[in-house]
Amino acid sequence: MEAVESSAAPRVHYLNINYGWKSWLLTTDHKRIALLYLVSITLFFFLGGLFAVLIRIKLLTPGTALVMPETYNKLFTMHGIIMVFFFLIPSIPGVLGNFLIPLMIGARDVAFPRLNLASWYLFNLAGLIMLYTVVNGGVDTGWTFYPPYSSAFANTNVAAAVLAIFIAGFSSILTGLNFVVTIHTMRAPGLTWFRLPLFIWSMYATSIIFILGTPVLAITLLLVGAERLLHIGVFDPAYGGDPILFQHLFWFYSHPAVYIMVLPSMGVISELVPTFARKQIYGYKFVAFSSVAIAVLGFLVWGHHLFVSGQSVYAGMVFSFLSYAVAIPSAVKVFNWTATLHKSSLSFDAPMLYAFGFIGLFTIGGLTGLFVAALGVNVHVHDTYFVIAHFHYIMVGGAVMGYLGGIHYWWPKISGRRYPEGWARLAALIVFVGFNLTFFPQFLLGYMGMPRRYYAYPPEFQTLNVMSTAGASILGVGYVLPLIYLIWSMRYGPAAEANPWPSTGLEWQTTSPPPTNNFEKTPVVTNEPYDFPELARQRASGALKESEQPA
Amino acid sequence: MAQTIAPHFSQVAHQFDSAEQQRDAATLGMWIFLATEVMFFGGLFTTYSVYRALHPLAFAEVSRHLNITLGTINTAVLIASSFTMVLAVYGAQHSRRKMLVLCLVLTMLLGSVFLGIKFYEYYQKFVEHFVPGSAFQFPAPYTREAEMFFSLYFLMTGLHALHMIVGLGLLATLTILAWRGRFSSSYYNPVELSGLYWHFVDLIWIFLYPLLYLIGHHLR
Repeated sequence: MEAVESSAAPRVHYLNINYGWKSWLLTTDHKRIALLYLVSITLFFFLGGLFAVLIRIKLLTPGTALVMPETYNKLFTMHGIIMVFFFLIPSIPGVLGNFLIPLMIGARDVAFPRLNLASWYLFNLAGLIMLYTVVNGGVDTGWTFYPPYSSAFANTNVAAAVLAIFIAGFSSILTGLNFVVTIHTMRAPGLTWFRLPLFIWSMYATSIIFILGTPVLAITLLLVGAERLLHIGVFDPAYGGDPILFQHLFWFYSHPAVYIMVLPSMGVISELVPTFARKQIYGYKFVAFSSVAIAVLGFLVWGHHLFVSGQSVYAGMVFSFLSYAVAIPSAVKVFNWTATLHKSSLSFDAPMLYAFGFIGLFTIGGLTGLFVAALGVNVHVHDTYFVIAHFHYIMVGGAVMGYLGGIHYWWPKISGRRYPEGWARLAALIVFVGFNLTFFPQFLLGYMGMPRRYYAYPPEFQTLNVMSTAGASILGVGYVLPLIYLIWSMRYGPAAEANPWPSTGLEWQTTSPPPTNNFEKTPVVTNEPYDFPELARQRASGALKESEQPA
Repeated sequence: MAQTIAPHFSQVAHQFDSAEQQRDAATLGMWIFLATEVMFFGGLFTTYSVYRALHPLAFAEVSRHLNITLGTINTAVLIASSFTMVLAVYGAQHSRRKMLVLCLVLTMLLGSVFLGIKFYEYYQKFVEHFVPGSAFQFPAPYTREAEMFFSLYFLMTGLHALHMIVGLGLLATLTILAWRGRFSSSYYNPVELSGLYWHFVDLIWIFLYPLLYLIGHHLR
């Protein structure tokens, strides 16, 4: 990285302070741990993506093709498990959360740095067990592990997969614990709760779900594992057990888990929109509290996954109502982002293109969520591709777009380099086009009645399936491009200034990349959040000149 | 002696500005950890309660096969251990090293007595063929429900015992540190937080005991 440095003595920062594998694998620096997470989850993202590619190639033809039905079951199961538990859930918290939370609150590190490293090791241990599962023949229960199939009948590696998710869960729990304690106790002087960046609010809400939801998944999977390995009855009707109880316990975590995936992305968007609109966010407190509201209400809607499982109709009505209610804070966010854009001086850098993509796609995903929250419509589209399309609009169109936008936005801070803007805009565009071509046809397929997880389908569905596969190949190009140019930019990209966009927020007041201790001296906060007029005044008067020097 | 050594030991980690901030962070961290434990055991309690409600007569009949005397003695032992733990924290707060060490050792002793009695109960269940699996025997008509009950019984008390063993490990570490004079009125947070954990594990038993041993005895 020193190749293009011009100054005689390069500035010491967290990347070049020392080298060698020990300085990385035994680091307690939150910024280095963030990069370790970046490597791990990128591997899992492309592994999960590989399974998606195989699924889409099979679905080009209505009948037998490429793989046998048993293998197909394993493909969609492992795509789901890896993407949900090994990419989406740890993605933004592990990478951007770890990197940014101490920087944004003006701290030197998270509250428990060694615990933070332990979380990464737990995650990788879980990942290795998952890879063992994949190599050893995979697992075919679907990512939801419904018993009694998973506990008594499946002949695949259910126990190993369950163990992997159990351990990954503890990695999330410890990360959430670390974040909440850090945000509570380590804010810089003057950084009151309502001066916090909105990314911090959303990471706080996410951490609450980690803390209160994940243990329930852990105990539920432990019960399934015990039932399977010890041949005892927990959810098995033969012993008087109740498989529906498993579904309640599973979705008590796994529905809030959807908010674990999308809340961090909302936090990223709440940073991107004011920055590229050069304007204070509209209704700061509404955006902040809507994150908390989503986290709280998210715990009360799990029953909408059980509308056709044999849940009482009155429970169904209550869950349907509550599922509508959770749409309100989500809509508040969308309206506030849009209102922020009004009469702003907008620029269209790559992160902002991802933000626009997020707002549009998340809105479609959210509105179709209302369709499936309605009892009657749900019966019609339950377990069809309509549901697949709905949650991919949230989890890929929402969560992944936000993740990519955030990676681009903070890349100058993380790597100290600028990425190639033209390529990045092109990639954002390709992702948007490819995504819609992949998943919009699936709404139509589902509405016409194509069930999810089926190997074969009637020939009249082929055109839409071919469109979807074509879209997936475009989407694949859009995901590989950033991988190439971001790695390229680490060596050849021009050096980044401290505050390149420019933006408010403490992370932009230190150098790029930051020193190991983040700040020369602990910053004192006197401004309201997203105070762009003040930022403009400071830059005009040259107050930031010194830290503006490129690395 | 303890006072002079303590400041040297209680150095503030680099990420914190002050000892007070470090203590606040550790305390909040422990409370949040206990919240995750509540949710973890909560899932198990929910499962048990749902099945108890689905099969009230069967569960009442099976729970009469538990040894109430031993369960009650164990409850008393555990409450006594919480009391000695409180005294240990008091000893640390007032820099009374001998009292701290003595009370930690007493707490560990009582914890070990609890585990001993628990494992004796397990042994009894094993002899009576109440361990779920191929050797399981229970009179009709509740054979299947009884196997379910004992599956949950072993999972719940087993997870609780595992937490007790972790707690004993914590207390053993504390005892060694206390013996070396690490804790004093100016630095006793690890003792206090381990105490929180110990009380929490006791509290789990306070819920397990009536759920498993006591309720529903009048149902026939």
